[in-house]
Amino acid sequence: MSKNVQSAQRDQTQNGQQEQILTVKNLRKTFGGITAVADVSFHVEKGSITGLIGPNGAGKSTTFDLITGVQRPDGGAVEFNDTEITGYRSDQVANQGLVRTFQIARELSEMTVLENLMLAPQNQVGEAIWRAVLPRARTQVVEQEKALRKQAWEMLELFEIEHVAHESAGNLSGGQRKLLEMARVLMTDPEMVLLDEPLAGVNPTLEEKLIDRLHTLKEQGYTFLFVEHDMDVIMNNCDTVIVMHQGSVLTEGQPDTVKNNDKVLDAYLGEEVTI
Amino acid sequence: MAARDYYSRGQNIVYNRPVLVVFAVIGVFLVFDIFRQLGTGTITATDLVSYLWNGLVLGMSLGLAGVGLSMTYSILNFANFAHGDLITSGAFAGWATAFLIAGLGDFSVEALVLIGGPIAVGSNELGINVVNTPLALLAGLLVAAVLTAALSLLLDRIVFKPMRSADGVTLMIASVGVALFLRNFLTFSFLTDSRGLTGGNVPQFTLGGVTFGGHQITLVLVAALLMLATHVLLQYTKIGTAMRAMAANKDLAKVTGIPTERVVKLTWGIGGGLTGCAGFLIALQQGTLTVTMGWDLLLLVFAAVILGGVGSIYGAMVGGVILGIASRLALVWIPASFLLAAAFVLMIVMLLVRPSGLFSGRTTA
Amino acid sequence: MSTGSIQARAEGWLGNNDVRLLIALALAIGGLYALFSVVLGFQLNGTVNTLRRVAFLSAIYAMLALALNLQWGYAGLFNLGAAGFMAIGVYTMGILTAPVTASPPGFGLPLPVAILGAILVTGLIGGLAALPAIRLRADYLAIVTVAFSEIVRLTLRAPEFANTRIAGVAFGTGGATGLSLPSNPIRILFYTDPAATAPAPNALGAAIFSAVEPLGIEETLVIGWAYVVVLCLCLGLLYWLMVRIGKSPFGRVLKSIREDQQVTQALGKDTRLFKIKTFALGCALMGLIAILWRLSGGYASPRMFKPIQTFYIFIALFIGGTGSPTGSIVGGALFASLLFEGPSFIRRVVAESLQLSNAPDTLVAAIVELGSGDVIPLLAYSVQDVSISALRLMLLGIVLVYLMQRHPDGLLGHRKAIASSVDLSQRETREDDYE
Repeated sequence: MSKNVQSAQRDQTQNGQQEQILTVKNLRKTFGGITAVADVSFHVEKGSITGLIGPNGAGKSTTFDLITGVQRPDGGAVEFNDTEITGYRSDQVANQGLVRTFQIARELSEMTVLENLMLAPQNQVGEAIWRAVLPRARTQVVEQEKALRKQAWEMLELFEIEHVAHESAGNLSGGQRKLLEMARVLMTDPEMVLLDEPLAGVNPTLEEKLIDRLHTLKEQGYTFLFVEHDMDVIMNNCDTVIVMHQGSVLTEGQPDTVKNNDKVLDAYLGEEVTI
Repeated sequence: MAARDYYSRGQNIVYNRPVLVVFAVIGVFLVFDIFRQLGTGTITATDLVSYLWNGLVLGMSLGLAGVGLSMTYSILNFANFAHGDLITSGAFAGWATAFLIAGLGDFSVEALVLIGGPIAVGSNELGINVVNTPLALLAGLLVAAVLTAALSLLLDRIVFKPMRSADGVTLMIASVGVALFLRNFLTFSFLTDSRGLTGGNVPQFTLGGVTFGGHQITLVLVAALLMLATHVLLQYTKIGTAMRAMAANKDLAKVTGIPTERVVKLTWGIGGGLTGCAGFLIALQQGTLTVTMGWDLLLLVFAAVILGGVGSIYGAMVGGVILGIASRLALVWIPASFLLAAAFVLMIVMLLVRPSGLFSGRTTA
Repeated sequence: MSTGSIQARAEGWLGNNDVRLLIALALAIGGLYALFSVVLGFQLNGTVNTLRRVAFLSAIYAMLALALNLQWGYAGLFNLGAAGFMAIGVYTMGILTAPVTASPPGFGLPLPVAILGAILVTGLIGGLAALPAIRLRADYLAIVTVAFSEIVRLTLRAPEFANTRIAGVAFGTGGATGLSLPSNPIRILFYTDPAATAPAPNALGAAIFSAVEPLGIEETLVIGWAYVVVLCLCLGLLYWLMVRIGKSPFGRVLKSIREDQQVTQALGKDTRLFKIKTFALGCALMGLIAILWRLSGGYASPRMFKPIQTFYIFIALFIGGTGSPTGSIVGGALFASLLFEGPSFIRRVVAESLQLSNAPDTLVAAIVELGSGDVIPLLAYSVQDVSISALRLMLLGIVLVYLMQRHPDGLLGHRKAIASSVDLSQRETREDDYE
């Protein structure tokens, strides 16, 4: 058992009341001969904002892909809410209440902002083709659509993008796309959200707004794990920080502890680091 | 050590590619079945050799026809559905030339240029075959190559160049349009459907009961020669290197200063030339020519290219030969009316099991 | 439902721009054909028959385009094997209805049961084919599906299955000669015993036949038009179905799959299932439409299901614009009336108006005479059976290339209709929410 898992378990015993929502154990992935993720283990506590940082090529995005089923891990395990979800397809992972955003905002550009939001909620009754068509069953569909529409408008208000509601998503600015992607993910009614660089390309005002929303949502019980390059953002907003380097977890802990860890600095400076 | 290495590698294959293993097992079983049937006398050795020989002839046709398709597929990134009709166009151009040279003076130019058809030209009186009229055939082959190359370049200029940035599906649909146009232009110009080409005593010899036709041998030899030449061209010339680089990575090739537009033109030119030759030779071997010759072959050519791995020229050659031999050998088990269907099934299975083809990872143009 | 609401609904429909566009288009095409016929003094019976043929093919191709649009326009599934699924539908129906005593024998089932069976079989085979195929890239999917449709055609043509017995059950495809299908079911409206060789008309039949007889219009033409009316009703139903699917949450997922499958999956949609269902439904519809097509002709042969049949549908779809049901109908109608039937009509017009002499034997001869300033021989050469059909297909080729170069999403463009069952601009539920 690796050192990281041991330390994770120690953390848990220290704060007994904290509940783990996501546990990653010894995750591994190689492409051809290149090891993208060597051995990653960590856990995320329910209701926390956890940061995942590391220099370029540390394997952060691949780790996200492995957790969310975009790619299959070569080894290791992922547990979410005490359910083993290793090797699930990404739609199955999402259906467990664990959803993600993508590093480059992937808006559905030919669909309007509202359509993007209406798409996201899971298990819509109208996704069964016969209910969409048969008149009797369709009243049920319309009822749900009305409820979703209300929810979608509320989400737009939360992120203050009501004015582009009917715009094609492809016409949005970079920052607006990031907001849309967040809003869309939240429409799936998740328990936990993985955010892959949600602040990249976002202007400072908007950045503040986004972070503000993050905390509001955290108060409501959502859990966040996010990859970010801006150290200040990470250190000021995260409860826990996980540092990855060369496909493994270098260290994890409170922001202050991590900040003062020499190994972290070395890793960012490109020094050889022994884990 | 070595044995254990092989063992673990074998284990790996069984684990990673179970379907491939199943097919390998079926293949081995079929080979054993051939020997069993030979033993029990259900088929004779003569049958077997004749299947193999006919399979090789078909395979070389498909291989030669496939090289051009594979080149455009890998460099321009789309499945060219007009390829079959380029084959036919080459055949018509070449045979009009061959008829003109062989029959000038005996028949009207009009009749000869139209390769008989509406105005009867007795192909027996003309007596075109490798022994009687080698020069007419050589000229026909050359004209087929040159005109098909020119036609390919023209089509690229008119149809495909304006849509270089379009995606593969859009280009593919456009190529369907080109195919319709070419085929029906030929129908409009040459009218009747099937016409005889060769005549006189076509030389052939028989060995142990198996007949080797003179034109079959011609096709196999010339096709082999052309493929060898293509190999040399791609492997040892600057143009070849540029083409291979572009097939491997278009963007990178552009960045490194390879004149991509020129390479594209060369691809159409060389591919078209080979395709024209293929059309001419296939018609020679069949002894007849129809407007739908190339279209009917197209899916088989696709099958050969996919079997060998799209983008690999050697793949197209080997894929063609494997497909040719396999589909003729299949006569041991299935009735002739299902040969074509069986070849398509093979292709579909290949695409599902191993879409990168038998020679994947070697996208050498 | 009160008559008031029906009236309101009908007014709502007519107020719909798309519906008005379609009606205008139908009138324009019909008017064009009728005008030429009258000017050239064609017989009334012939003119009405030409109109029937154009309307029949327009309806069929509009429906086929709608079905293909479900797969390609909505979900981005490139099915180049439509002809194969059409063949499966028609042949399943034919084999199920063929009398047990016929040659080749069948199962002797009643037509409605057979049609239902055929839809199920086609849908099932479509679903099974989709199972592995949807993992493929679009171009490979195209090659696989076109190969599949050729496998179907070659199998239907094979003498081995022409008249066979499998597991004690005798049936057959008729091989290369084809398969007889039940007679046009619409005849039941007009005859007391439609199966008889010289059936006696029933009350309705007698009334209508005697009414149109003075105009020189034959019984078969009346039946043909009645069939067209039924087809138009089917078309309306299918159109309604497609609009509904497009606006439903199901259609919304398809729209998003077409754009970005990975994102759709990350939002918790099982994209594979959506694709398989869509593919199967589209194939089942193609089977049904092909049955409607062939039932009027009374027989089917493998020649009718060559890949060119699939290309026809694609041309119709691309003319109209992918993703829009209205576009599919416009495309189907324009394709059938102008590109498909147009050339042979023009040929009749040319032949009628120019009193052409005998055509020269070859194109060379025609061009030689053109050199001496005479256009007529080339014209005569061009309107022969073989050459006019070749010219028509050349035209189709040019149209396809033009569309791909200039309008790859079709003349009417990609769909812009909002995929939602409710009006999204309303924030809160209101009474006048449309459905």
